[in-house]
Amino acid sequence: MKRIYLDYAATTPVDKRVSKEMEPFFGFSAQGGPASGWGNTMSLHSFGQEAKIALENSRQVLADIINADLNEVIFTGSATESNNLALKGVALANNPPAGGKGHIIISSIEHPCIIESAKWLKKQGFEITKLPVDKYGMINPEDVRKSITNKTILVSVIHASNEIGTIQQIAEIGKICKEAKVYFHTDASQSFGKEKIDVKEMNIDLLTASSHKIYGPKGAALLYVRKGIILEPVLHGGGQENGLRGSTVNVPAIVGFAKAGEICQKEMVKENKRLAKLRNKLIKEVLKIKNSHLNGHQKSRLANNANFSFDFVEGESLLMQLDMQGIACSTGSACSSFKLEPSHVLLATGLRPEQAHGSLRVSLGRFTTEAEINKLIKVLPKIVEKIRAISPYGK
Amino acid sequence: MANKTKKINTCSALYTPKVMETFKNPHNYGKIKNPSGIGKVGNIVCGDVMWLYIKVDKNDVIKDVKFETFGCVAAIATSSMITDLVKGKTILEALKIKKDDIIKELGGLPSVKYHCSVLAVDALIEAIYEYFLKEGREFPADLLEKHKKIQKDKEIIEKRYEKWGKQI
Repeated sequence: MKRIYLDYAATTPVDKRVSKEMEPFFGFSAQGGPASGWGNTMSLHSFGQEAKIALENSRQVLADIINADLNEVIFTGSATESNNLALKGVALANNPPAGGKGHIIISSIEHPCIIESAKWLKKQGFEITKLPVDKYGMINPEDVRKSITNKTILVSVIHASNEIGTIQQIAEIGKICKEAKVYFHTDASQSFGKEKIDVKEMNIDLLTASSHKIYGPKGAALLYVRKGIILEPVLHGGGQENGLRGSTVNVPAIVGFAKAGEICQKEMVKENKRLAKLRNKLIKEVLKIKNSHLNGHQKSRLANNANFSFDFVEGESLLMQLDMQGIACSTGSACSSFKLEPSHVLLATGLRPEQAHGSLRVSLGRFTTEAEINKLIKVLPKIVEKIRAISPYGK
Repeated sequence: MANKTKKINTCSALYTPKVMETFKNPHNYGKIKNPSGIGKVGNIVCGDVMWLYIKVDKNDVIKDVKFETFGCVAAIATSSMITDLVKGKTILEALKIKKDDIIKELGGLPSVKYHCSVLAVDALIEAIYEYFLKEGREFPADLLEKHKKIQKDKEIIEKRYEKWGKQI
């Protein structure tokens, strides 16, 4: 059976152009002969320096994409690590002018790595505010302004939601933070490579981006840190990444990350147009199913994201029925998580837990075809009907 | 197997093939008209609701049993499995079924899903409880205590889930 992958927001396969670019950095070339570039970037000999040059070239490529300077980009091993470094790094190195422990503002729809980092900081004595969202998952920038106190050191708001795809008014929030002289971090794991980002124009002080969401390999991510911001490292070590991230640098993954970013940047406009068209068709057809709803914002939304709720349907069952038909999606149902709690993002938008249990995230990507979307449109109503037939509700 | 010709993808590191097969083709789902008892357990807020209908004959044999479940793969598989296990058994035999019997028949469940098998057993207890209540008969040993415990657990769970999304 030919399988259909519609979970690109979870991760993406590596583009062939990317893996080809990475090959020499593992120590072999595409032609099978010995290659260079696999050395340790901290070594002074030519093996090391070849790797170092590749690392810095990659840094430049990625910095250019977000209009940052070369030295403002720190490589890490994952978006989770970047987000941990942003929150903990800022919190532990920056005291509010008024003295005492700082105050950090996050949104209620952040990725768990932001929420858990904030929780940990709370345990260390920092004050945390969680901003609400409206029913479309939008933060009101005015709420940011109102929440800032003389103790606030950092605001962190996710650029585009990994679950519902809602894109925040990042530039407005950035402006408010700049005026209040508070650092502003955004987790752009889902938007980098899909939406235009200019850290200067948008007044972003710190930004997280990830490789494996954009057809690059897993194990590489970045944190943009605006010049002049002092961070406390999370991984202390041998001085790599300006002393901010000890660890031997994963050069092949970073080279792949840069190539992946470059491709996304080049193809962005055309690809977004193509994906939005497919996605809109999907939304239009799926909403014909009785008692179905679209989660997230109508317009301010990632081109590749659709998120639905089906009343009286439990998401894991839906997901697994689809999987048995070869279609891979995702759900915010509690049963899909090991915490047995429904998606905090959907709850934050005001959905009742039972509606959150019945959610389905469909995320499209580079290799999604119209035929694949048509197949989903065809099988989904029958699967929803089948699950409702077993359910005690909705008859 | 109902779908012999069509290859179905049932690859799961989480669930056993037996769970997946039962989920794909659950037995005995639907309602029973004029049932001897209905057991309604679980909470839609938590994502699992199981309704179990039993039809008992004059010899206390469970002649028919059906379920309606809102829930995950494990909830549907355990629902189906308990109906298979109790059909044709007497009330007293059925009351001996434990969650581990269901888990064993399914070839195992992930530990986070054990509560689904508990839910299935509870639904059966509640259905039998209702049957005895309606009949005005004396409850078999432990039935009343088990019923009270199920009701108490339900209250605890409802309280716990009120807090969702409210804490940082």
